This record gives sequence, C-alpha cells and structure tokens, in this order.
Amino acid sequence: MKVTILQFPGTNCEYDTQHAFEQLGATTEIVWHKAESIPSDTNLLVVAGGFSYGDYLRSGAIAKFSPVMKAVTAYANKGGKVLGICNGFQVLTEAGLLPGALKRNDGLHFISKHHTLKVENNDNIFLEKLDSGDIVNIPIAHHDGNYFIDEVGLADLEANNQILLRYTDKEGNIQNPNGSVSSIAGICNKNKNVFGLMPHPERAMESILGSDDGVKMLEGFLAS
Amino acid sequence: MTAIVNVSLKAGVLDSQGKAVHHALDSLHFEGVSDVRVGKQIVLQLSETDKTKAMAEVTKMCEEILANTVIEDYKIELI
Repeated sequence: MKVTILQFPGTNCEYDTQHAFEQLGATTEIVWHKAESIPSDTNLLVVAGGFSYGDYLRSGAIAKFSPVMKAVTAYANKGGKVLGICNGFQVLTEAGLLPGALKRNDGLHFISKHHTLKVENNDNIFLEKLDSGDIVNIPIAHHDGNYFIDEVGLADLEANNQILLRYTDKEGNIQNPNGSVSSIAGICNKNKNVFGLMPHPERAMESILGSDDGVKMLEGFLAS
Repeated sequence: MTAIVNVSLKAGVLDSQGKAVHHALDSLHFEGVSDVRVGKQIVLQLSETDKTKAMAEVTKMCEEILANTVIEDYKIELI
C-alpha cells in the first residue's frame, strides 16, 4: 500500500499524515507540488492540510494551478483514490474534483477543537470500517470550513449518498460549528473515489492524544 | 489600461463578514443601513489597449481564478 502525500508551499500537515499512514503499515512518499507526475505505484493520493499559498485570494485557489494538480486530476479521473483533508478539501473543491466550496466560518473565528461527527454513509472505501450513525471524535482546525452548495447540489449529494460526515453532538444531534450547509463535514464525488473533509483524522490516531477514531477511517483505504 | 475587479459573495450566500460589520454599524448607531456586503477588490494593470479584448481577457481571469463562481460574483470596470 503506497500513500502519496502532496506538499504545497504552506502545507503543514504532510508529516502528521505520513506518520498516521505509516502507523497503519503503509509506505508513504511526500511529493512537492512542482512535480508533473505522481509515483506510478500510488494507491492513495492525499492532499494534506495547511495553508497552501498562505490562503491568498481564497483557500486552495492558487494551489489548484500547481503543476502536480494536472496529474492529480488525471489520476482521479482514472478512478484513483484521492483524499483531501482540511486545506486539501478546499483545494479539491477549487479544482472541481469535488462539488461546492468552503467559505469563511460563520462566527468568523478560526476554530481549533475536537468535534464529534456522525457517519452518514459508509458505502464507500473511506468509511466502510464504520457503520452509518456511528459517532467519531475528530479534531477540527480551520477558518474556512463553512461548506456551501446550492439546493440542487445538496439534493444531488443526498440522492447519491455523497454526504460522508456531519457535525453533531455526542448523541448525533446536529451541532454546527461553522455554518456549513446541512452541517456537512465531509463529502465524496459521485464515483466515490475522491473524498474531502474538514476534520483531521490523521490527528486522531492515538487515544493518549485525545482520540484514536481516525484509525478506523484511514484504515478503510488500506483494506481496499 | 486598468481593470478593477470587485468580487463578492453571491446574493443568497450568507456573508458573515457583512453581517458582523452591519452589527457593528448598528452598535455605533448608524441608522438606515439595510444590508452590508463585504467583498474584495483586485486592481490589474493591463498592457492591452482595446477595451473589448481587455474585458474578454479579464472575464476569463475571473472565471478561472479571481472568483469562485460557486459562491462569488464579480464585476469588472475598465479605466
């Protein structure tokens, strides 16, 4: 299992992501954004979190034109598995690989805390080790995590089981920290090979550090 | 030629910053403000001298990078 992790100027979660996947037994490689191709043995491509290009213009807006993104798009379009975490999610929406957009949190503050999430759909490789309705405790750390999609787009997401995770309380009742439409924390594309979420599963890998609920999430990719 | 591009959130997309500014104006007793939208302005110096061509080029820039048309509208002014 080979996990390739993208690094843009301003990415800061690439080493945490590497550590998390190596903990699960994967081989990893960090690839600089100037690369025009990705390793041919890649089984999963991760766009890691951070602040690519300082979030200038919009989060993820400039990263989408980095040379490596052509290879990412080609890989995704061939059915390759792509996971965008936090800024990676923003990059994937800007690049058009995932629907919708992320805008400034409703409260205008940067939010950094653990949050409970409800698994909405597990008929995908990312969440197949969890059950629908399961509650996971995963850290969030973002300023622009307010997911927006229009009503038609939202109905599409619902109809195709593309909503992966929603922000909830411990009982699974909606608790929305950032104003996201329908309290959405993570989605996938129609083909269920491109995944994006604002919370950081790679930061929830050891119970001594607050939660190990990220293990079950990331493990899904290793099983496939 | 100078192109001034104003980018703002679309009508119907909640503008949290605009709302916060509106609230602050209310607190300062500035009355008669019914709505506030906060956007950004991007000023481009262009070598193009033909307005039609410049408008077409800047429109392309807006569609490709300057605005995210999922959530934002843009207006271009050429001077």
